[in-house]
Amino acid sequence: MNIPLRVKLFGLLLLALGLASFLLSLGVGSFSIPLQALGSLLLEQGVSIERSVVMDLRLPRALSAMVVGGQLALAGCLMQALLRNPLADPYVLGVSGGASVAALISILLGLGGFWVSGSALLGALLNMLLVFGLVQRSGRWSSGRLLLTGIVIASGWGAMVSFLLAVSDGAELKGMLFWLMGDFSNSGYPGWHSLWLGLGLLCSMAAARPLNILVRGELQARALGVNPRPLQISLYLLTSLLTASAVTQAGSIGFLGLVVPHLVRIVIGSDHRWLLPCSVVTGAVLLLLADTLARTLIAPQQLPVGVITALLGVPLFLILLNRDNRDSH
Amino acid sequence: MTLLAADHSTVPVDSDKSRAEKLRADQLGVGIGERWFCRGLEQSFEAGQVWGVLGANGTGKTTLLHTLAGLRQPQQGQVWIDGQSLSQLDSRTRARQIGVLLQEAAPAFPATVREVVLQGRYPHLSPWQWESAEDFERVEEALQQVGLAELGERDQQLLSGGERQRLKIASLLVQQPRLWLLDEPTNHLDLQHQIGLLQQLCDGVRQRQELLVMSLHDLNLAARFCDFLILMHQDGSVAAGPAERLLTEPELSRLYGHPIRRIIDQGRAIFIPL
Repeated sequence: MNIPLRVKLFGLLLLALGLASFLLSLGVGSFSIPLQALGSLLLEQGVSIERSVVMDLRLPRALSAMVVGGQLALAGCLMQALLRNPLADPYVLGVSGGASVAALISILLGLGGFWVSGSALLGALLNMLLVFGLVQRSGRWSSGRLLLTGIVIASGWGAMVSFLLAVSDGAELKGMLFWLMGDFSNSGYPGWHSLWLGLGLLCSMAAARPLNILVRGELQARALGVNPRPLQISLYLLTSLLTASAVTQAGSIGFLGLVVPHLVRIVIGSDHRWLLPCSVVTGAVLLLLADTLARTLIAPQQLPVGVITALLGVPLFLILLNRDNRDSH
Repeated sequence: MTLLAADHSTVPVDSDKSRAEKLRADQLGVGIGERWFCRGLEQSFEAGQVWGVLGANGTGKTTLLHTLAGLRQPQQGQVWIDGQSLSQLDSRTRARQIGVLLQEAAPAFPATVREVVLQGRYPHLSPWQWESAEDFERVEEALQQVGLAELGERDQQLLSGGERQRLKIASLLVQQPRLWLLDEPTNHLDLQHQIGLLQQLCDGVRQRQELLVMSLHDLNLAARFCDFLILMHQDGSVAAGPAERLLTEPELSRLYGHPIRRIIDQGRAIFIPL
């Protein structure tokens, strides 16, 4: 195994950037903690306001942001490869819509925290069953059909979300908006969600080389000895789980899953054996930075992180798009 | 047309006579939906042979090639490869035996020419194995062979149609199949590459006693390179046999529904549509 030079350099850069943004996210906020003090706070026992701010608020939030960022970037990579469409993102098949609708309904029913997350997860899975069931029933499985069905179902969920918001009263509205715009202000330690990320990365790494071939088209993949159907089904399932887990932690955060794979592809190329792990780390670092910005930019007021990712994602994506155009002329 | 007796459909034969048989269509029926392209095709393909598949648009050349390659289930009958039923082979084993050149599929993502060619090694590597120096050498050789050595680091999305076609051929070369099934290999290629690459492929196949079956649009290339032909008629009938017997004016005129003249120039038959 030869690690290409650009992967090595990119990895080092990411590591440095990741460490810096991690320390930054622990240090800055409504009251800042200097770098030297951070080390002793993290390692030593004891009770102090600083320590509880870091351990109970900033650290879990930073870890959550990293896990969600990694999950979204991985799901985006996989979705783009599976649909052979560089414009796909983790939400393109309606996973976040299904999760949001289920979560909103449980909020309207007056259910509490755990039930809301649980029903979000169920809603996401239900959405996948619905989309796949419809495509399967039509008897003509193709990624184009899957994409169309997913987009239609997603817009259906969108309509239901608007409906639920319209009929709900003011008191619940703020909590409900959370599901529409990603936000980490209530997040605890990522816990078992990080397990999904780890498992997801491991499984998709095992599929990385067949995936390289699958993006050349199903027929070509079979001609080279890849059996596409089981690979596709298990990876779609994995992608939905990753997305569902991300949505449950932080609502839907736009642009990250779309932009990160493109960004990484430009730097290190399209080999999924490098693309997948590098995207996970890039997604983690970028979302951590975005969340730090979100809670400090107009402090003491906090912005939903989705606003920041969209503000950064839109120009970034346009630049990448222009770059592609320039190359091909 | 070699019509074989019914006892052939039972088990693979291993008499001396059939030892050179690489591939056999066994009562093969191929079609899409309600439409049959051929039915009951019984044909043995032997080592060292080059076959051409000719026919007008929509007569099922591609579908037949895909079926012979195991990429499609036949509607009827089956395909035998080296005495084994093709449907019993697992996909990686099959890909080590059979190489298919597919018609254009536009690449969705950027990748360098070298990376794409390297993917041809896929069926030869075990799941967690990384490509070895030997694999990389094969890639360089193949790039030389198709004349893409200079473009190894070029993004495949920036290639011209002909370069992309040669890229696919290079990927097929590193796959090292023993059965070559090529769907219109000369697509997008300019004249010198059409002749040069087909010459290389056919020479290699004859020398290594492999088998090559390709669909072609150009009768003159078929006459020049193929020993045997399969003619797929618009009415669903199929004629197969030695090229010199099938490359006649009446047969070809019927095939394309257009009169075709055969002229001999310097001992070589040339076909001209009237």
